[in-house]
Amino acid sequence: MAKMNMIQALNSALDNMMEKDPNVLSFGEDAGYFGGVFRVTAGLQEKYGLDRSFDAPINEAAIVAMATGMAAKGLRPVAEIQFADYIFPGLDQIVSELSRIRYRSAGQFTTPVTIRTPCGGGIRGGQTHSMSPEAFFTQIPGVQVVMPSNPYDAKGLLTAAIENDDPVIFFEPKRLYNGPFDGHSGGALSSWGAHPKGEVPEDYYSLPLGKADVVREGSELSIITYGTLVHVALAAVEQEGIDAEIIDLKTLVPYDIETITRSVNKTGRCIVAQEAPRTSGFGAELAAQIQEDCFYALEAPIQRVAGWDTPYPHAHEWSYFPGPQRFINAMREVLEA
Amino acid sequence: MTQSDPRFHVPAPHVRPGDTPDFSHIAIPPAGEAKRPAVDVAGPETMDLALGLVRVLDHNHQAVGEWDPKLTADQMREGLKHMVLTRVYDDRMLKLQRQGKMSFYMKSTGEEAVAVAAAMALDNGDMVFPSYRQQGILFARGRDIVDMMCHCISNSRDNLKGRQLPVHYTWAEGNFFSISGNLTTQFPQAVGYAMAAQYKGEKQIAASWIGEGSSAEGDFHGALVLASTYKAPVILNIVNNQWAISTFQGIAAGEAPTFALKGQGYGLATLRIDGNDFLAVYAATQWAAERARAGHGATVIESFTYRADAHSTSDDPSGYRPKGEDAIWPLGDPVERLKQHLIGLGEWDEERHEALEKELNELVIASYKEAESFGTLHDGPLSPVSSIFEDVYAEPDWRLRRQRQDLGV
Repeated sequence: MAKMNMIQALNSALDNMMEKDPNVLSFGEDAGYFGGVFRVTAGLQEKYGLDRSFDAPINEAAIVAMATGMAAKGLRPVAEIQFADYIFPGLDQIVSELSRIRYRSAGQFTTPVTIRTPCGGGIRGGQTHSMSPEAFFTQIPGVQVVMPSNPYDAKGLLTAAIENDDPVIFFEPKRLYNGPFDGHSGGALSSWGAHPKGEVPEDYYSLPLGKADVVREGSELSIITYGTLVHVALAAVEQEGIDAEIIDLKTLVPYDIETITRSVNKTGRCIVAQEAPRTSGFGAELAAQIQEDCFYALEAPIQRVAGWDTPYPHAHEWSYFPGPQRFINAMREVLEA
Repeated sequence: MTQSDPRFHVPAPHVRPGDTPDFSHIAIPPAGEAKRPAVDVAGPETMDLALGLVRVLDHNHQAVGEWDPKLTADQMREGLKHMVLTRVYDDRMLKLQRQGKMSFYMKSTGEEAVAVAAAMALDNGDMVFPSYRQQGILFARGRDIVDMMCHCISNSRDNLKGRQLPVHYTWAEGNFFSISGNLTTQFPQAVGYAMAAQYKGEKQIAASWIGEGSSAEGDFHGALVLASTYKAPVILNIVNNQWAISTFQGIAAGEAPTFALKGQGYGLATLRIDGNDFLAVYAATQWAAERARAGHGATVIESFTYRADAHSTSDDPSGYRPKGEDAIWPLGDPVERLKQHLIGLGEWDEERHEALEKELNELVIASYKEAESFGTLHDGPLSPVSSIFEDVYAEPDWRLRRQRQDLGV
């Protein structure tokens, strides 16, 4: 075991997989020699050579398409899109191509591509470096969607994504790269060093896709979330002294419906939370499914905590970010109903 | 794990950190050599200009050849002033960013001529769609420095209400479009804008700027095909500053000898110019503007230059290129070259230059003091919090009204 932040854990997953499988390649904008603007791919080119870790031209559509072609030939490419906000030029290649190759060829071709991309705000990145566009991708049949919330999960899930025979969009909440962030913007920054999930095996391991974690057991209500907001929810629950159960989904497609329904059936009250804008966010899917599966157990309407339906502002980032107070308001609402 | 030779080709720069800077592989044709065709020349006939390098200022800082725009000393002194101001402003803003006064900054050091000379050669009424490294256009067009700073520190007087990252300026009054943080997205927009101006029977043209790395984006090709198909009155500038963050120009160029040459595939007029030569940038822009305004169509201009500083405050160039490259860039420093040219003409001297730098430095310091009086990012005042719900739509719908209420503002 070693102390790792999320960047190191992701790097370790790539390193293990490239060591293990010569068909694993890593590429992206600034992701070769320099090792990525967040240094997730640092050292890989030096260790594995120019043709296994390399810089790509600035063309997200081409990067996704190149990965698709390579995967069709039997490689397991890991493509980095520098910021999730920049993934949209590649969207056609994901929606119309990558996601459907297995289906439209009736299984004759498969494209086991992993697309890694840093997402989320809280880094003063403004509207082009802060988005959480995961919901767009959950609307695409044929791709799986993952978003870890800590280094241990990040490594195990990235390993599983690379080994997965279907394409995976792997979102990395960049606010968590260097430490668990509880949403108190002015507070001291904590590091992964002191966090149990910052203990990461250096050797290969994988964690199953599609499995959620109950990160806090509780009886009064259930909070279903993922990524950065897992830590914000934990902080809000501690602050308010409510015995809430908190579920870290880790995988959005397919999400772990069993763990969700077990929790909501137990507590009868539920909050779904996402950093992305509220309308048609992933929380909307969760709320719809939970009311279908748990309607008779629910004692209050499901509450949503989300970003506002605006672009991510720069100066007023912390008024946009769904911080602890927004969780506290939602918890009061759901408990009082 | 042992490394083998790469099984497919991945270009790499000649030198890396720790190596001695070396540009001996770059061929620099003599100044004055390039021919200046008539502005109605057919695009394919400018092939040689896509492969050459339009240069006006020679090694002795004299203006030579057909491309000499024959500017007056006053015009050149004005250009020099805008370039020095751009540099002084950038240096000051970087310092302020390091002190935590703003979240982010991007300098344009070494590329001042690309923006300033182009802006001076265009009409102020022409629409520009710049990338994030053409702040020189704003100085050339006379934007208030305090306003620029208020944007960068996102305070209560920021004309963008704190919504954009620093240096992502918008200035409608100055015909300066809203800068996107996404790459190349505005190249085809500039074409559409230019077509609309033509549709309305106006003489206005449009110009856009991207980096050489951004020329890999699909939108680059979209812009070129539109510009060619509709013969749009637009100037499409590729600023080849050699580096896209850590990625050397060869990753976007591939086997293409120049970026200007890419325009030839679309039948467009193409110019490759010395981007550190104020007079060359001016002359090329003037030529392309005249061509566009006369209805002869678009021009692709590659400005060959060097990004003398980091990409932004988020990267350290010593991690990907040798130190000291800027000092030996074979095309020199744009400020120094224009200054020496004016001195050679007897129209400038070291004392006046020093006085100018001092004056502009004081102006920038005083402007910052004034800007800070309208607030700072960390201590405020900022635009009202409620403003985050404005301008999403012409009128906020019930969701935004409800969300604003939820936030209690």
